[in-house]
Amino acid sequence: MIYDPIDIALLLGKIALVFFVILTLAAYLVFAERKVLAWIQDRKGPNRVGPFGLLQPLADLIKLLTKEDFRPIGADKWLFYLAPAMAAIPAIMIFAIVPFGAPLTLFGHTVQLQVSDLNVGLLLFMALSSVAVYGVALGGWASNSKYALLGSIRGLAQLISYELSMGLSLVPVVMLARSFRLSDIVNAQAGCWFIVYQPLAFMIFLISIAAECKRIPFDLPEAEGELVAGFHTEYSGMRFGLFFVGEYINIIVLGGLATTFFLGGWHGPFLPPAVWFSAKVLAFAFLFIWVRGTLPRLRYDQLMHFGWKILTPLALVNILVTGWWLVLRG
Amino acid sequence: MKILSDIAALVTGMWITWKHIFRRPVTIQYPEEKRTPYPRYRARIVLTRDPDGGERCVACQLCSGACPVDCITMQSAEDKDGRRYAEWFRINFSRCIFCGFCAEACPTLAIQMTPDFEICKRDIMDLVYEKEDLLIDGCGKSPDYNYYRHAGIGVTQPRGSGAEEKPPVDVRGLLP
Amino acid sequence: MYGDCYPDMETYLFYILAAVAVIGTILAITEKHPVHAIVYLVSSFFSLATIFFLLAAPLIAMFEVIIYAGAVMVLFMFVIMMLDLGRTDEAGRPVLKQWLLPILLGGIILASIGVIAAGYASAPSAPGAITVRDFALTLFRKYGVAVEIISMQLLFAVVGALYLGRRRTP
Ligand code: SF4
Ligand code: SF4
Repeated sequence: MIYDPIDIALLLGKIALVFFVILTLAAYLVFAERKVLAWIQDRKGPNRVGPFGLLQPLADLIKLLTKEDFRPIGADKWLFYLAPAMAAIPAIMIFAIVPFGAPLTLFGHTVQLQVSDLNVGLLLFMALSSVAVYGVALGGWASNSKYALLGSIRGLAQLISYELSMGLSLVPVVMLARSFRLSDIVNAQAGCWFIVYQPLAFMIFLISIAAECKRIPFDLPEAEGELVAGFHTEYSGMRFGLFFVGEYINIIVLGGLATTFFLGGWHGPFLPPAVWFSAKVLAFAFLFIWVRGTLPRLRYDQLMHFGWKILTPLALVNILVTGWWLVLRG
Repeated sequence: MKILSDIAALVTGMWITWKHIFRRPVTIQYPEEKRTPYPRYRARIVLTRDPDGGERCVACQLCSGACPVDCITMQSAEDKDGRRYAEWFRINFSRCIFCGFCAEACPTLAIQMTPDFEICKRDIMDLVYEKEDLLIDGCGKSPDYNYYRHAGIGVTQPRGSGAEEKPPVDVRGLLP
Repeated sequence: MYGDCYPDMETYLFYILAAVAVIGTILAITEKHPVHAIVYLVSSFFSLATIFFLLAAPLIAMFEVIIYAGAVMVLFMFVIMMLDLGRTDEAGRPVLKQWLLPILLGGIILASIGVIAAGYASAPSAPGAITVRDFALTLFRKYGVAVEIISMQLLFAVVGALYLGRRRTP
């Protein structure tokens, strides 16, 4: 390993870039969600702050930062303060392994457009997404409130269940790419995207990531109609904001991963790779918003039934079939 | 196949929301665009005058009694000619729910609802309207009604000369 | 120049992480509140995972996080949250008699660590990074039978759980 100052500077630069882009994108995703939902409901959406309402995220940020930082009586102080960060940080960290563009050559260095090209990248994703559960669980538990506790118990059960089908749906991808390294997975799709070979795995992954980022129709941990706001009922100000932004970061990151695993990552004709990648990620984000504007929420038993009795067995069968296919093809 | 019809249902829903994205929003951009409410819209309350310019309100307290949130109060007084009026009349618009019961109850059509709904104030005490704020120089929604012309008491005209009124009967004249 | 200072950094990192792991585990044992104990244990798992990473075993590091921090501890937490354990802070500390066996076992472990440490002049240097392929080959070629037996055992556990959890219809 060579530790060259330029390499380190490039690495720091990439980290800063990813942080900046992700946080801005997450803020604007909130805005986009409000706009698209408004259009779906024949409304106009936020359009007061700045031209077309484009400064709305800034106004929201100022509002969140200036609100009272409230802690309910009987809440577990440290865990209550820690939980929002525990929810947001794994989401940002996962993006470290997502390749968002073709390797560049800068100052005579080949730069991977990816913060860290781990050889166990896919497993790191699984690890971090399984750890993201703690934010939900501890946040709800520490706030010492019925609704929050119910929300976090639901969240725990949901996230554990759907992580399973998510992980299993990725096994065929690894079998096809023969690597856990995300850049290898992207390169393996230079000719043909994996969604062509693995439409079922893609559907399972898509449904599971919708459940992982707690989006409608899987938003049971924060079901407004039943649980006030679920696990973040008691949070206010920027702590609530962290949960909130964490969710949108999750959408971007999981969209990026779905792109990487099934839609050929940054591969695409004519346009520059980074543009292709962003377009695909934004398409996923739009899909999630669109689904939110359409579908109602599942019931809890339907959710569990669907995850354990339909998605997981389907994913297992899919692995078997892919295995046989690979063996027969030689 | 149940699953096929389920998927078809999902796709139909998605298609409908997709079409709605391109519809023209029905939003009215309120402070810039306003729509004129219908004349019967129930908003700010006024006290009207009769066609002769006199106050219609006879301070009968019926509106106050009808009001479900008890936001009307007044003090009755009487002129030398027997005409009753409100010495002061007060509506607390911060409590009013604009139900219109007061206007229904009023026997003289004095209290009426107008379509003017923009009565926000910075200070809640400014929402307590006094008689000077409520009384207008007009007849409101019933331009020709004058209560005293039908009431059978001699305030605007001698007794017996009202619209559908017979001259008073001299009860003593009927005595044998 | 960076090549020179790098091993130092790695060593420092190792000691910091090791300290976090040890302190986290001790706190997890002594903490009376189960949820706090879980949080301490999870942080200890995280530093362990990072130590595995430094020792060029990224696969083990990931498994540590996925299985222990992400699955086992989450299930513990789920159970703790589902069952209201009441006021656990009032539980008394274990008495001396209960400490005896743990001290004995801990002593054995410490002694064996001491024996091993005495045998080596310095810590063994990390072998080259173990790739996923090597790991898979070792696991499924060399120890294939063992893996199969363990998976059978897990299958028994699953069948047992299904039996216990089945809906009793008369
Ligand atoms: S509108 Fe209803 S609430 Fe308002 S003053 Fe009249 S009776 Fe009372
Ligand atoms: S406004 Fe009408 S109901 Fe109210 S006191 Fe006057 S006359 Fe009576």
